[in-house]
Amino acid sequence: MSDHGAATGTEVRVTGATETTVMTYAEAIRDALTTAMRRDERVFLMGEDVGRYGGAFGVTGDLVDRIGPDRVRDTTISELGIVGAGVGAAVTGMRPIVEIQFSDFTAQAMDQIANQAAKIHFMLGGAMQVPLVIRAPGGSGTGAAAQHSQSLEAWFAHVPGLKVLMPATADDAKGLLLSAIEDPNPVVVIEHKLLYKTPGQVRTGYATTPIGVASVRRRGADLTIVATGVEVSRSLEAAERLAADGIQATVVDPRTLKPLDSETIVREVISTGRVLLVQEAVKTLGFMSEVAAVIAESEAFVHLRAPVARLAGLDIPIPYAPQLERAAVPQVEDIVAAATRLVREW
Amino acid sequence: MDNDDPQQFSVRTDTGAGGEPMTEVRYDRASALDAFTTMWRIRRFEEAVEDLYGRGLMHGTMHLSIGQEAVPTGACRALRPDDYITSTHRGHGHCIAKGADLERMMAELLAKETGYCRGRGGSMHIADTATGNLGANGIVAGGVPIATGAALSSRMRGTDQVTVCFHGDGALGEGAWHEGVILAAMWKLPVIFLCENNLYGMSMSSAKAFPLEQLSDRARGYGIPGVTVDGNDPEAVESVTTDAVARARAGEGPTFIVAQTYRWRGHSKSDKNLYRTRDEIEDWRQRDPIERFEHSILERGLVGRADLDQVRAGVRDELRGAVQRANAAPDASAADLLSGVYAR
Repeated sequence: MSDHGAATGTEVRVTGATETTVMTYAEAIRDALTTAMRRDERVFLMGEDVGRYGGAFGVTGDLVDRIGPDRVRDTTISELGIVGAGVGAAVTGMRPIVEIQFSDFTAQAMDQIANQAAKIHFMLGGAMQVPLVIRAPGGSGTGAAAQHSQSLEAWFAHVPGLKVLMPATADDAKGLLLSAIEDPNPVVVIEHKLLYKTPGQVRTGYATTPIGVASVRRRGADLTIVATGVEVSRSLEAAERLAADGIQATVVDPRTLKPLDSETIVREVISTGRVLLVQEAVKTLGFMSEVAAVIAESEAFVHLRAPVARLAGLDIPIPYAPQLERAAVPQVEDIVAAATRLVREW
Repeated sequence: MDNDDPQQFSVRTDTGAGGEPMTEVRYDRASALDAFTTMWRIRRFEEAVEDLYGRGLMHGTMHLSIGQEAVPTGACRALRPDDYITSTHRGHGHCIAKGADLERMMAELLAKETGYCRGRGGSMHIADTATGNLGANGIVAGGVPIATGAALSSRMRGTDQVTVCFHGDGALGEGAWHEGVILAAMWKLPVIFLCENNLYGMSMSSAKAFPLEQLSDRARGYGIPGVTVDGNDPEAVESVTTDAVARARAGEGPTFIVAQTYRWRGHSKSDKNLYRTRDEIEDWRQRDPIERFEHSILERGLVGRADLDQVRAGVRDELRGAVQRANAAPDASAADLLSGVYAR
């Protein structure tokens, strides 16, 4: 079945099934949920409106018809209660997945995420495990303003005991979710709302993507772009435009923020000597601050031909007006401009 | 009525579920000895750790439940070994009543590698999976939604296990309590929310904080039965818990039990008792659950004085051994701290 030994691979590795089919990111998540629930009766999903409604973003769709209402379980609007119930079910032999409608609402559930789920295994000296998956869509671009658009991955990556995944493609949305469900630890999967309708080739069957392995999406000799979430596809688009201008970019998608595949990032930075770090989240103390520090502490430091550059969301709440919202986070043209400066000036 | 009167919540035993007959647990000799032993083990364990702490031989902080021993004793006697409990920062009593090993508890508090949490958790985080104890909790009401989840898990796995969620009156101010209880009520889960009303959430009087005739009246708002019981009487606590367990196992859903009791000691080691009077503390000491129970079982001829002396001597030896062996055990090691964060 899955091959978790593929810890040194950098390309998307086919880890079992080789057939692929085209589906959207949201359909790929639903496929993962269906596959996991059919394979293991301990796996169940609960959350707000995940049943007949089909999920706020339509991710669960007809899952309740496929699996039944007992294991595709509608809850009250109670994020703290839902995650806490997930923790209780996880420590007593189930494999719960909880859906939080918007990642912003994890703020309501933070005690159960950060103080309970993340700490139980360590705090009890290893006596218990918390195999809980928390799925939550993050990111801006939907006009939903400041309380429905944040990129909060750094909050979770800052808490020892949590694993944090950010799938950027449909195949990883499925593969990483399957790995998260298998994992004996609490795993936060940050999905991106703008990607839900994006199609891609997705491996069929039980096809996992290993946790802790970055993906090199593209290779070029002039600079290395490290990007997460929706900024991966923006960086790939930027790389195409840069290529037309004679600048060749490598694009690395860490996929897993915690644990982080530092080895791949460092190696790809060494190979070009220039690095541009791109995230949608606000700049201050964001995930890319950590990546910058990892690079600075590594042997890549002496190979740098230019200072490490960060391109991130402005340090503001996400605004409503479309032109303001767009201006708040890195767009393709911002990446092109930043990469061009980095290569031309250094 | 004076809003600050700690007696405001009188004891009223009423299931509120339509007046069906109540179980009345009356102990025989074996049960009386068992309940007395459990209460005495809790009392003496806590007095021992208080003494060690006072002499500078124990680190950190602790929350003692001296005066409240009848609640976990009565409640856990109504449970099977495979039933679950969730506990609180004031959790030594729950842990012991569910069957934990005193030596491993003591070793944990003494920061030893042989402690329940290998020195990673301390007093507020002891769990004992072997006895269904899902753990003490340093966050007020943190265990409430977790208990709901454990009950959901039992239901989904097709077992008839019941979960008792111990919590204090302070937890009634937390959103987690509300969210945990509504989910359990909606799904009619086999869980019992057992509030140890020791009259204060740290220093906040529960009578002042919750202007209800009975704290258990709150259950009505959640569509579940509420019952108030004398928390200083293990037979009374066991009686109402037995009823609630029966309801839970029969698929009839959660029950909210409020056990009226009192903590003799301060909230934690920082407490100067400025918010309550000496008279009040003395008044409750007169209602010592252990002394009362001792008189009752002696009077009823269930046990003789020699039996109780034997229990006390046995607990004394057990604790002495636990402290000695725990002290001799290796200190918690920092060698593998990082590898303990994630399960493999």
